[in-house]
Amino acid sequence: MSTSTSPVIEAFGLGKLYEGRVAIKNLTLEVHRGEVFGFLGPNGGGKTTSVKMLLGLVTPTRGTARVLGAPVGNVQARAKLGFLPEHFRYHEWLTGREMLQFHGRLYQMPSRSLNARIDELLTRVDLHDAADRKIREYSKGMMQRVGLAQALLNVPELVFLDEPTSGLDPLGRLLVRNVIDELRQEGTTVFLNSHLLSEVEICCDRVAFVKGGEIVREVAWRDQAPILEVEIRMKPISSGLLKSLEVFGREIISDNGVVRLRVPDEEVLPLMTRWLVNQGVMIYQIRSSRKSLEAMFLEIMGQDHRPG
Amino acid sequence: MRGILTMVHLTLQEARRRRLLLSALLFGLAFLSLFATGFHFIHRDLMAHNVLPAQRKLILSSVMMAGFYAVNFLMVMTAVLVPVDTLSGEISSGVIQTVAAKPLHRFQIILGKWIGFSLILALYLGLMAGGLVLVGKVLGGVTLLRIGTGVSLMGLEGTLLLTLSIAGGTRLTTIANGVTVLGLYGLAFIGGWMEQIGTLLGNATTRYVGIVASLFVPSESLWQLAAYHMQPPLMRDLNLTPFSPASVPSGYMILWAVGYTLAVLCWALWQFHKRNL
Repeated sequence: MSTSTSPVIEAFGLGKLYEGRVAIKNLTLEVHRGEVFGFLGPNGGGKTTSVKMLLGLVTPTRGTARVLGAPVGNVQARAKLGFLPEHFRYHEWLTGREMLQFHGRLYQMPSRSLNARIDELLTRVDLHDAADRKIREYSKGMMQRVGLAQALLNVPELVFLDEPTSGLDPLGRLLVRNVIDELRQEGTTVFLNSHLLSEVEICCDRVAFVKGGEIVREVAWRDQAPILEVEIRMKPISSGLLKSLEVFGREIISDNGVVRLRVPDEEVLPLMTRWLVNQGVMIYQIRSSRKSLEAMFLEIMGQDHRPG
Repeated sequence: MRGILTMVHLTLQEARRRRLLLSALLFGLAFLSLFATGFHFIHRDLMAHNVLPAQRKLILSSVMMAGFYAVNFLMVMTAVLVPVDTLSGEISSGVIQTVAAKPLHRFQIILGKWIGFSLILALYLGLMAGGLVLVGKVLGGVTLLRIGTGVSLMGLEGTLLLTLSIAGGTRLTTIANGVTVLGLYGLAFIGGWMEQIGTLLGNATTRYVGIVASLFVPSESLWQLAAYHMQPPLMRDLNLTPFSPASVPSGYMILWAVGYTLAVLCWALWQFHKRNL
């Protein structure tokens, strides 16, 4: 089984064909213990199929993977996993508490500790007062939250959250973010599957972008040096000036009296402004903004991608 | 083992919570009340007309057999329809995903459901058959022969169809599964009648076609065998009622049915094991 330093998820060239159609082309990734890993991609990009393969719900057509040091689908490893599926559906004729008891029994948790854990989680997801109502009476947000409680019942080492905030109101989203943050602090590895970029931006340590059934880029989001996009309206603009600006930043573009470039941090801005003024350049406007995950997403997915 | 027991518990809980047991109990009581009423008036008329005891017993036994025939049909419908949605419904809705992601083998999910539904079916059959026996004994002083053997064979028939229904759910949608299993039962039913009619008419080909159909789905043969064991010898020897088989299925048919049920169950376990959820 796994050691504390080994990756909790290792996938090598996983692929999945559905009746000749490629769902996953080539999935190779590593997720390390204790990190919140974001899995980003457009709808239909293969995110959910990837999660299902890692959980042993879907058999890969090719490739291998290990989860918590064991081959995917291993029963002992699954005892340490939590999973919130994208379309959270449960036996709706059960009450929330009964549903959690059923899932806890599947984890073979002793009754006493299970009931204590259920009470703790119901409080954590703010459902204690609705615990004895039937799930069919729950709102979508309540179902999502009871699903989240279900995913955390066994104090998992690794949790797969597939679109955990879809259908939630802002308070519900905040609750989920707080839970993810608590999981990080507790050392739990979180595999967050989402197309909500703001959520991933806030929660994740590392992000993988999936396109066409394979990972096209991985970014250590939390450790990444902040990139500022700077826009300067000025004149005159000469090719020599643009060349000289490379000292301050990169990806320099000039368009209709406006120069755009990327600089590593805010400290560059006063230095660059002073230098430009010393060169006799008239500056009319200067704006800077941090490069968002959304911009990165659009850049990686390209313009050819159609809405899902 | 705990995984299987948890699934058995869930299946029984579902039957109770979705009022399946309550409906079965209420309609079972309605059926038994109607049967008891008819039985009472027939018995009263026979007594009023001073029908000979042997004749009276024969007539009342025929009525009892009609009751068992109806119970057999209700049990068949229960066996097919109650579990028809259990896998296909949970697969299509996604409910199965969180269950199958838990630390249990997939065969435990199927076995737990199979045992749970078998217990429900056994309870239903026991109550209905017990009710009929009670009505016959209390109202007419009539008891069929070898009730235990007959009801056991009916139970095997129900288990076989229930297993087909669960197995179909591993590959088919709910509606396609229901249509398929009822269709298979229909084949067995008509095959059984072809065997009987072929025997009565001395038409060997028709009889063999019926036997082949019975081998394909042995449910009707089990009912024929159950009916053969339960009715009085005179009644079955004279072919007095539609429940007196002209061609008695071989005892090997029981072994075939048991093997058939186990083979279908194994197929279901394998199909569910390799299925993408």
